[in-house]
Amino acid sequence: MTVTKAELGNTLFGEVGLNKREAKEFVETFFESMRCSLERGTTIKLSGFGSFAVRDKKPRPGRNPQTGAPVAISARRVVTFRASQKLKQRVAQNSFELAQQLGADQAAKTKPGEPKSA
Amino acid sequence: MPTPHSKPEPVVLTKSELVARIAAQQPQLLLHDVELAVNTLLERLSLALVAGECIEIRGFGSLTLRYRAPRAARNPKTGEKIWVAEKYVPYFKPGANLRKRVDRQSEVAQ
Repeated sequence: MTVTKAELGNTLFGEVGLNKREAKEFVETFFESMRCSLERGTTIKLSGFGSFAVRDKKPRPGRNPQTGAPVAISARRVVTFRASQKLKQRVAQNSFELAQQLGADQAAKTKPGEPKSA
Repeated sequence: MPTPHSKPEPVVLTKSELVARIAAQQPQLLLHDVELAVNTLLERLSLALVAGECIEIRGFGSLTLRYRAPRAARNPKTGEKIWVAEKYVPYFKPGANLRKRVDRQSEVAQ
């Protein structure tokens, strides 16, 4: 199952006691606040979860993976995420179960959790 | 984004600063409730990843797991050979809206 904004709203409704409208608005505000900061180049550190940072990438030569034709990749600013040690550990500790569930062979080729038919 | 105190944008925004900003925009909620809600959201997101669920936030991005194959490595201090088991690691892919908004700023700056 995929966690979406609607699901996060339901969590706030059920666990924090916000009403449905407040919960929906809160989820929007939460992500919009982070977008606004990242837009300004600010790093966001969420302890126990991870950090979102903005990095400036230099222009570099690349290739069209389908045709092999060389293309120029322009300079750009991108968002990166680093999971905290705590989150990494929690996920890694559950990796045996995850491999059973998601299938390690499948996972090596595709990204786990994504629809298999995608 | 106008804030009541309109402090200059810091280089690093911490969770408590993010909580304060959201509280300023949601005056009907107590600071304590905003803090609880932010922690609840982050814990829900963490639990999703631990359970192998993926997260998709339209306009922000998606968080999924990536597989890391088992490998032989060395303890850099002792040179001793160690076995690193297979594992999953969280991976973030920015959404189109976030990607555009962040990159647009770099064009303005240049």
